[in-house]
Amino acid sequence: MGLGRYLLRKALWYIAALFVALLLNFLLPRLIPGNPVDALVGKLAQGGAGSDQLQTIYEHYVKEFGLDKPMWEQFLVYLQNTFTGNLGTSFMQYPASVNKLIGDALPWSLAIQLPAVIIGWLVGNLLGAVAAFKGGWFDRGAFVGSLFLSSMPYYCLAILLLFGFAVWQPVFPQGRAYSIGLTPEFSMPFFMDAISYWWLPFWSLVLIFIGGQAVGMRSMAIYELGSDYVNYGRGLGMRDSQMVRYIFRNAMLPQITGLALSLGGLVGGALITELVFNYPGMGSLLFTAISANDYPVIQAITLIITVTVLVANFAVEVLYGLIDPRIRATQGGDKS
Amino acid sequence: MRFSVRFYVAAGLVVLVLLAALLGPFLIGVDPNTSIGGLYDKPGVHPGFGGILGTDNEGQSVMSNLLYGTRTSLLVGLIAGIVASAIGLVIGLIAGYAGGLVEEILMGLTNIMLAIPSIVIVILLSVSLPQRNIFTLALVIGITSWPWTARAVRAQATSVRTREHIEVAKMSGANFWSILVWDVLPYLLSYVVMAFVLQVASAILTESSLSMLGLGPSNIVSIGMMLNWALAWGSIRVGAWWAFIPPTLMLTLIAFSLFLLQSSLDELFNPRLRRGKKVKAGVVTPDQDDEFLPEAGSAAGPAALMEAAVVDRTREEARP
Repeated sequence: MGLGRYLLRKALWYIAALFVALLLNFLLPRLIPGNPVDALVGKLAQGGAGSDQLQTIYEHYVKEFGLDKPMWEQFLVYLQNTFTGNLGTSFMQYPASVNKLIGDALPWSLAIQLPAVIIGWLVGNLLGAVAAFKGGWFDRGAFVGSLFLSSMPYYCLAILLLFGFAVWQPVFPQGRAYSIGLTPEFSMPFFMDAISYWWLPFWSLVLIFIGGQAVGMRSMAIYELGSDYVNYGRGLGMRDSQMVRYIFRNAMLPQITGLALSLGGLVGGALITELVFNYPGMGSLLFTAISANDYPVIQAITLIITVTVLVANFAVEVLYGLIDPRIRATQGGDKS
Repeated sequence: MRFSVRFYVAAGLVVLVLLAALLGPFLIGVDPNTSIGGLYDKPGVHPGFGGILGTDNEGQSVMSNLLYGTRTSLLVGLIAGIVASAIGLVIGLIAGYAGGLVEEILMGLTNIMLAIPSIVIVILLSVSLPQRNIFTLALVIGITSWPWTARAVRAQATSVRTREHIEVAKMSGANFWSILVWDVLPYLLSYVVMAFVLQVASAILTESSLSMLGLGPSNIVSIGMMLNWALAWGSIRVGAWWAFIPPTLMLTLIAFSLFLLQSSLDELFNPRLRRGKKVKAGVVTPDQDDEFLPEAGSAAGPAALMEAAVVDRTREEARP
């Protein structure tokens, strides 16, 4: 079974998933009774905008969404806009483009998520493997602790940390991402200021992530511990550290999947954390968009979350195909 | 049956939450929607059970809101869990047992649904709802979270399909549906129960996430709505801990007790996860013919898949 055929098959499935996602993304907000553009223009009219201006705004949206055309043509317009990287115009902040709003928000989301995912993954896996290997009270403590952390809703920990370390014991500043009066720029003073705001959201995410990874790694490692090669190795009198290394490597493959999926979930992984800390990322943008019925922004955010998840999943499939010949063999297409 | 300490702890906590949700609203005697005082009155300012946790941003009793909110959240979780488990069970059973083209189609659908982050569909559906109440929300959550139950059930059903008693049932003239219900389903029940517990827990968390994003049920208090109000009114900044700590802890307690229950059930049903007992027989073969990536840990069989679902939860909520 060739690698090429395996990849082709996978690629087709992911394209199908992407198509379904695009279709849902296009269709669902259009099912809302009444025309959102009419509602928007009505609201603007109450706000006292002139009729000429309203007419321009109205025509702009009708053209952008192709609202005067039949549904299937609207979908084609949507696809064309999406694939050319044009996410539309915000309802809420007309005439700001959605691309710009997202461009402003996305770096903040990545800044708290990316380090949390990577560090949490490394520490969590190490903790899980050691807990499984050592057993006893260390295992029990680590397991229940990890299970507690991983089953704690991530925003609950965020709330507790914010209260504990920004209000009760004001070690860190409250909310936001940088001090009022500063503008984001690449300079040392701004960086130092921003990082003091960064710690709390980061800790709230990394702790949860360590817990989740440790629980998964522990059960994988316990599974490995019961296998023949471990008994054999023990019989040969191998050192513990050597054994841990072997178990770690074998239990690793599914955990790599976990890492990639988390990387794919970067954009949407901490939506509510940002709300708690008032952090100006995708979560806060989504929240304001939802409260203002800003459908173009909502659709753009859901689309980006979907695409990153699909891309990450597909990347892991490719990697798996390369690493593990068994997967190529079983999935290459001979099976059915 | 050998119940572990963990099981009793988990079951005790779950019963505690259930009692609070079922009896609390009747015992408290304070309407969650009436003001008993002003903005963020401290605990104890108002007499009685209703004032024990002070008041919230609208001067309503936090204790009363907490008890009613717990009831709402559990109800949403239960309905969504039942919907998701039912759809997942039916699709998984039919796909796993029927095989062939039916399986290809059903699993193709499941895998596509699994690949699209369900939070995206939940958000899009909720945004499009003309009005949001707890039943529509539960339904939305339920119909977006069935795919992984379907996949776990289907993996199990496939392994049951080739057993001898199925042949016997076929020869004695049992029809397709009767075999599914009487000869395949009983072998999967332990998995379905565990999956159901996880579905309930994740549905409760999804409801809270939605509420905090501003997509919660209207005209009714849930734990997520309490957190939503607490954030919107800046209770954390002014240090009104009684307004946000109780719902935070309650949500954590619910999630933790359900996940603990699931993991102790897993240990009970799946001897391979128990230490010291190395049962080798009946090892489920890795589920490797799916079109999409298995969740972390699924290489060790569906039981690990369930556990992986716990691991994936933080992510699940994001995608999900």
